[in-house]
Amino acid sequence: MLEVENLTVHYFTSVGIVRAVEDVSFSVGRREWFTFVGESGSGKSTVAQALIGLVPPPGKVVGGKIVLNGRNLLEMSEKELRSIRGKEISMVFQDPMTSLDPLRKIGDQMVEAMTEHGIDEEEAREKAVRLLESVNIPADRMDYYPHQLSGGQRQRISIAIATALEPCLLIADEPTTALDVIVQEAIMELLNELKEKGTSITFVTHDVSLAFERSDRIAVMYAGRIVEMGDADELVRNAMHPYLKALLESVPDVCSDKEVKAIPGNPPDLRNPPKGCRFHPRCPFATDICRTQEPELREVENNHFVACHGVV
Amino acid sequence: MPEMLEVRNLKTYFPVRVGILDSLRGKKYFVKAVDGISFSIDRGEIFGLIGESGCGKTTAGRSVLRLVEPTGGEVIFDGVDVLKLGKEELRRIRRRMQIIFQDPYASLSPRMKIGEAIAHPLIIHGIADRREAREIALRMLKRVGLTPEEEYYDRYPNQLSGGQRQRVAIARAMALKPDFVVADEAVSMIDVSMRASILELLEEFRRDYRLSMLFITHDIAVARLIADRTAVMYLGKIVELGKTRRLIDNPIHPYTKALVNAAPSITRRERREKVKLRGEVPNAVNPPKGCRLSNRCPFATDICRTKEPELREVESGHFVACHLA
Repeated sequence: MLEVENLTVHYFTSVGIVRAVEDVSFSVGRREWFTFVGESGSGKSTVAQALIGLVPPPGKVVGGKIVLNGRNLLEMSEKELRSIRGKEISMVFQDPMTSLDPLRKIGDQMVEAMTEHGIDEEEAREKAVRLLESVNIPADRMDYYPHQLSGGQRQRISIAIATALEPCLLIADEPTTALDVIVQEAIMELLNELKEKGTSITFVTHDVSLAFERSDRIAVMYAGRIVEMGDADELVRNAMHPYLKALLESVPDVCSDKEVKAIPGNPPDLRNPPKGCRFHPRCPFATDICRTQEPELREVENNHFVACHGVV
Repeated sequence: MPEMLEVRNLKTYFPVRVGILDSLRGKKYFVKAVDGISFSIDRGEIFGLIGESGCGKTTAGRSVLRLVEPTGGEVIFDGVDVLKLGKEELRRIRRRMQIIFQDPYASLSPRMKIGEAIAHPLIIHGIADRREAREIALRMLKRVGLTPEEEYYDRYPNQLSGGQRQRVAIARAMALKPDFVVADEAVSMIDVSMRASILELLEEFRRDYRLSMLFITHDIAVARLIADRTAVMYLGKIVELGKTRRLIDNPIHPYTKALVNAAPSITRRERREKVKLRGEVPNAVNPPKGCRLSNRCPFATDICRTKEPELREVESGHFVACHLA
């Protein structure tokens, strides 16, 4: 349904070109929960923004293809994109106030999201009530302003708006990062219900536990590149890239007494990323080839992709 | 083990601004951010304080140090009630009671070299003269892994990563050789790959200085890793307190159960026990009568809605505030 090939996004800043996303390829199937996981600066949010054509300046998509249901979004005009946003592809942000207008009642905002796309007002109003109920918010909240609701409720409403036109793909960029765990769990449950009903989810998170608990497939990003990609269960059982192995070892677990180990060093400066594999300065297994040649993302087992010279 | 810190019935209320009518009628409202909590921390113990935003954990940490003024209760530090101290005595005792904040960027001055940021408090507290303070700061930089230390001494905070800045904040607090530290979400803003090394550093100082620590966090997995005992707060009250592992593996209070159950985990893909609370955390100005969880708790009975449960010892060292426990 979504096919992304060699997506490359750079930020043209006053202090140099930041190579935020480099050569990222992946696909998301129908009714699939696909997650990008990575630490700050890994490029995961930039990928999400690129998918919906909202990379903030000075960022620019400088290469690649984003093919949704057979059409390349990067070749569309802003007008065409606008007709697709909400209808075929939609986005939920970390801060629901990114998409909610603080000065207008939430019911009106929900209705407008639908009438913009040609649904008549009466029908839109009925649908808004049903949508609110589907995200567990009483219908009388239609007349509330965003500030009268809690953070969790606001996020539910932004999900309701994002899914009002039944898009086939919902992009969720750290949608629970500002929320407490109990509310987070409820939002994750809600996203899962949407998936069960047929929506594909592209989820972006820095939270490794959250990523692995919920996703069907996962792409692990490091310094602007996908380093490993595959089924969530497979990646946990059989991580191959030294970064993913080390990352999994660094994550504390609420259910077990596992020891944790930090990854030495810092992520690279993306204005001047290291030659060869971008992880090599922190990798205990790096050899000469790692320092000179960039490893490609290869399928090493069925549906399990790794970008590492050391994996055969 | 002797107690380093004992907190008894600590209360911190914040006045809420009211409308003109209410103020004419003389009505006052308070957010009872911390509403009568008690716990003690042994020498060399790391005591975890967990809960969701707004539960009062941060206010509790600040009240213990009197960075906010508590409304009532006692904070006995090494035999002295900190809440009764005058300004000068408080200043003196503060050397021994330090705090590490969530955001090291906010707690370090952007215009001060990091070496000076560590040396400065030593001079202020009269522990060292300028030259000695520099020596100590260099030693501390080395100790927290910022080497070559002479080079790091002259750097500014914006030249460091988040993890490195937090190391500076720790070095600054530890340079004073405190007996007690409040760590308020000290690793929450640090990327997970570097978090473990910061926790390790805190662990080393605990061991070497026999440091006592109040470790405040929203992350239960982190609490499990570092805290010997942990208390769970909800709406200004401690609802459960016990050995951290025991508390997480066998939570008794419905709120603790819900909290543990909601925490994501790689190893558990199925939820063990579903405790679903209704709705969300209510307004702290007007908490529910009786047990504060009663309006959300699936097990609540009549007594829960009328009588506030006390924190009782239900197993050795395991305390729960629930009528049904």
